[in-house]
Amino acid sequence: MPAPDTAPRRSDRSPWNWLLLVPIVLPLLTFVFNADSPRLFGFPRFYWLQLAFIIVGVSGTTLVYRMGKRS
Amino acid sequence: MTIKWTQLIIFAVLFLLVSGMGFVAARWRRPQTMEHLDEWGLGGRNFGSWVSWFLIGGDLYTAYTFVAVPALVFGAGAMGFFAVPYTVVVYPLVFLVLIRLWSVSHRHGYVTPADFVRGRFGSPVLALVIAVTGIVATMPYIALQLVGIEAVLKSMGVTGHWPIIVAFGILAAYTYKSGLRAPALIAFVKDTLIYIVIIVAVLYIPYKLGGWGSIFDAADAKFTKSPNPSDGILLNANNQLQYVTLAFGSALALFLYPHSVTGVLASKNRDVIKRNMSALPAYSLLLGLIALLGFMAIAAKVTPIGTDTNTIVPQLFDKLFPDWFVGIAFAAIGIGALVPAAIMSIAAANLFTRNIYKEFLHKTATPKQEANVSKITSLVVKIGAVLCILLLDPQFSIDLQLIGGVIILQTLPAVAIGLYTRWLHRWALLAGWAVGLGFGLWMLYQIPNAAGTKKHFGGSAFPLAKFGFDTKMTVYVGLVAVAANLLVVVLATLLFRALGTPSGIDHTHPTDYTSDEGDVRPVVEDTKRDALTALINGEGGNRRS
Repeated sequence: MPAPDTAPRRSDRSPWNWLLLVPIVLPLLTFVFNADSPRLFGFPRFYWLQLAFIIVGVSGTTLVYRMGKRS
Repeated sequence: MTIKWTQLIIFAVLFLLVSGMGFVAARWRRPQTMEHLDEWGLGGRNFGSWVSWFLIGGDLYTAYTFVAVPALVFGAGAMGFFAVPYTVVVYPLVFLVLIRLWSVSHRHGYVTPADFVRGRFGSPVLALVIAVTGIVATMPYIALQLVGIEAVLKSMGVTGHWPIIVAFGILAAYTYKSGLRAPALIAFVKDTLIYIVIIVAVLYIPYKLGGWGSIFDAADAKFTKSPNPSDGILLNANNQLQYVTLAFGSALALFLYPHSVTGVLASKNRDVIKRNMSALPAYSLLLGLIALLGFMAIAAKVTPIGTDTNTIVPQLFDKLFPDWFVGIAFAAIGIGALVPAAIMSIAAANLFTRNIYKEFLHKTATPKQEANVSKITSLVVKIGAVLCILLLDPQFSIDLQLIGGVIILQTLPAVAIGLYTRWLHRWALLAGWAVGLGFGLWMLYQIPNAAGTKKHFGGSAFPLAKFGFDTKMTVYVGLVAVAANLLVVVLATLLFRALGTPSGIDHTHPTDYTSDEGDVRPVVEDTKRDALTALINGEGGNRRS
């Protein structure tokens, strides 16, 4: 049976997608950030490092988006 | 307590300004007709990156979050900071999933997650279960937005319930008129106000309190003195697992909520969603800073009104800022409650209309009738939320919201995994949902609250000792429940496939999941294909080998 396929074939597959795993796994590893020192601007590591993970998340999704678009 | 007039007047002026915008929104990006669910309920499915960013941001980061997260940090410390990893993990987690949901919904005109489940698994009953779960999980969430407004009003010295009734009355009226366009337009104001208030707060308050270092030291000193072993500015050996499972479980649950899906489906195309997955974490930074207001309240020696710790942020602002700025800050929180409340009521109304009314009560309903039913249901939903707050203890809504997070997770196999595979059997999904739900409620029932004043539904941290492990560690109920759910789904699928039970017609096609704006929608072809599939497989549907 010929598939009634008028939609163009598009794929979400890309090796870059694996990069998404970094910001998913990193914020769940408590041993990485569950400590007071070193402090940064008075913030214990627990707080500044977890806030820094936001940047990791943004970079990860942005990169996957850009690279997915290119291919 | 006397009324603080300067605060109240500024609050009221901003509130009324925004309400005016809510009514005008009906003319914004004016549609041909408002009498269609795509227009009233999804804003025309045509929002670009900026509008979506404000809309989804305003939708997910609710007033209740802004009030409750710092309250949790104030009370328990590090544990309350779970909101940050939660909202970091969520976007990469759903990045690839949501574009598939958007595509298939765009292609088939789905308005709710339950619409998708119905099309994918060919089961109105499974769709009904998903829809009811969504409505039940959303209702207390709407009621909680009222708790956010109430905390602010209390701090301004306004008591009694009439202001809430007036506020929700106005909200109900413009949501009825403008649909999703109202919160989309208001979100601009809400978020601008919140960003201004928080940027000022995190620069000015630490300056007044002697720097961030002394804020954290003051918090540390408080928690060291407290007899509770699970608080502190760091996690301890026993609550790390809870922190991680709560963050991950909440991330899994967030985009299963119908109101999140509504925000996503209102986007114009796939790129809008992808861009937003990268840009929405800006709100997480905001949320992280807001969470730290809890520590600032400790350092500033602020106390809540009575035992209501939700008033801690309003009280902090009231103590440290001049009255006019407090008015702006409170307006930000108050308006912040309106945006999600509007979207949630629209989402709940759409579920009722599509998956209950049209499916079971009036199969031949026209788009106009659908829009009308949805509009009226959105009113009913809001009246229900107000009654929840007026007639019941607010604590009841908080408990229900906690339960809501656990039960909405039980729709994960059908909605999220269903986007990737058709292997799971519809009756197995139903069985898994039932087991996950029952197991989750059973666990929640056994959890007393931290203060020991309540025996049941006191939190979501289930002690592993009750499973027979020799440990004081706790785990997030939702994640355990959904694991049980998945196990049942897989086992039952194997069973139903072995028995050859008909698995229903799949109305979707693999290419639907990657289709985008501008692709042709061969609706006629769909109907033909479905008819053909039904013919080939006999009445029961397609038995896949």
